[in-house]
Amino acid sequence: MTTIAVVTGGLREPSSTRLLADRLAGAVRDHLPGQDVQMPVIELRHVGRAVVDAMLTGFPSAELEQVFDTVAGADGLIAVTPAFNASFSGLFKSFFDVLPEPSLQDMPVLIAATGGTERHSLVLEHAMRPMFSYLHAVVSPIAVYAATDDFAGAGAGSLDQRIDRAAAAFVRLLSACGPRERPQEYAAELGEMERLLGDLK
Amino acid sequence: MSQMQFGIFTVGDLTRDPTTGKTLSEHERIKATVEIAKKADEVGLDVFATGEHHNPPFVPSSPTTLLAYIAAQTEHLLLSTSTTLITTNDPVKIAEDFSVLQHLTDGRMDIMLGRGNTGPVYPWFGKDLRAAIPLTVENYALLRAVWDEEIVNWEGKYRSPLQGFTLAPRPLDGIPPFVWHASIRSPEITELAAYYGDGFFANHIFWPASHTQQMVARYRERFAHYGHGTPEQAIVGLGGHVFMRPNSQDAVDEFRPYFDEAPVYGHGPTLEEFTADTPLTVGSPQQVIERTLSFRDYVGDYQRQLFLVDHAGLPLKTVLEQLDLLGEEVVPVLRKEFAIGRPADVPDAPTHAGLVAKAREEGADEAPHDESSSENTDQEASA
Repeated sequence: MTTIAVVTGGLREPSSTRLLADRLAGAVRDHLPGQDVQMPVIELRHVGRAVVDAMLTGFPSAELEQVFDTVAGADGLIAVTPAFNASFSGLFKSFFDVLPEPSLQDMPVLIAATGGTERHSLVLEHAMRPMFSYLHAVVSPIAVYAATDDFAGAGAGSLDQRIDRAAAAFVRLLSACGPRERPQEYAAELGEMERLLGDLK
Repeated sequence: MSQMQFGIFTVGDLTRDPTTGKTLSEHERIKATVEIAKKADEVGLDVFATGEHHNPPFVPSSPTTLLAYIAAQTEHLLLSTSTTLITTNDPVKIAEDFSVLQHLTDGRMDIMLGRGNTGPVYPWFGKDLRAAIPLTVENYALLRAVWDEEIVNWEGKYRSPLQGFTLAPRPLDGIPPFVWHASIRSPEITELAAYYGDGFFANHIFWPASHTQQMVARYRERFAHYGHGTPEQAIVGLGGHVFMRPNSQDAVDEFRPYFDEAPVYGHGPTLEEFTADTPLTVGSPQQVIERTLSFRDYVGDYQRQLFLVDHAGLPLKTVLEQLDLLGEEVVPVLRKEFAIGRPADVPDAPTHAGLVAKAREEGADEAPHDESSSENTDQEASA
């Protein structure tokens, strides 16, 4: 079984960010025919308070911890944010700020964003890609940006085609990476400690 | 000798009382801390521990000064720290300060080491925050060497070398103070405590019980791995945070404004959420008893329970009332209940007298008054 977590940072219900996330998830599934694929969707709006609480207290609520488990245990991630003030939304960033550090290590990630106009499309390359690279994820080369108008356009270069190309690239990456082993939290720190104590002998 | 020790630990914060708008002066807070410790002694608690901080709004920057002053005015109370910064203090100076304290108190003291959680303290004391863990390991190895060896020849990475150094005064009866290693979140500290066979103290406030459970389980397992005994024989201490009134709803109503404004708690999850998710207990003495007894379910039989009772701007009078309730209603029941079903091979809480007796027993075959007990052989070799 392959698990691909879908994190969507849309704030409205219904949300165009969620819509894009669903279409990406559907396209990815189409590129994995005959496979058992689970795609749990995490709507950040639903854990908004828990994310801020975790920032303030330093630990996640039981509910948020389950969400963290879902993300960290997945084989891949589809992450979609609305573009706010030339970047991802604060809630989207906050979620990844409180997610335990090694959760995304070696994880194939498909990034996407929505916005009112296409003028904000570089949010993908200037905000999202560096953040996921920093978190040691493997970011898929083709990202998708959808402006409001894209939900009406058709033909060559249409949103449909871009989604399909991005999904195909992501699935190639996913297959190349193979089944993912979930990184142990604190494994590096404990290894280092054992080494330091070993050196005392 | 008691199986378990019960006491209090203080952060030493100067926080505005949200119900009156009044903030104590540093002088008033230090004097209040002494009153709190004396009261703890009077109501029959076993331990008083102070934090160490080097920035406002905290007052305890010189723990052994405070502890010696309290020791002079108390009878039974064991004086300790929560924590002493092993990263930024010179380990040689720690050894000296606590060695003098040990002699002054006739061994009525021990020490709890931690890394500290205030970043700028490192540069203020000429240290590098990024080296916090290697500093902890090196500094503690040096502290052990200075305590355990008569003549120390030592060279490390973070401090000037020592040639032919001898600690003065040598530890009382040749037995260095018992050491606890404390941590809120760093699992590396469980490894350090286990390696040396020292005590492990889980802060156990602010964070959920599941976290403490994992840390203690890890420490116990590694304690056995390093050959210090069975996992059940590891020495475990826990923090806890309580506020009590005879009537449970009164406790909640009175504590809420303090909770809402407290630097560590306020403006996030509610009091109700915090009491459900973490070991914070606000209610009647009976509720505190039940909650505290439940700690054993997830850490096993343990040796030391410290409560935080004096933070967030609570007035001195209120804190002293908390100590009355602890001493009269809570701790006597806890002592009795925790003793039930406690296996005989679970060690008693560590005391100087206990360590001296143990060293004599173990050293019976060797020279009876050797300066270092046989249990320290590993540590000497490792230093």
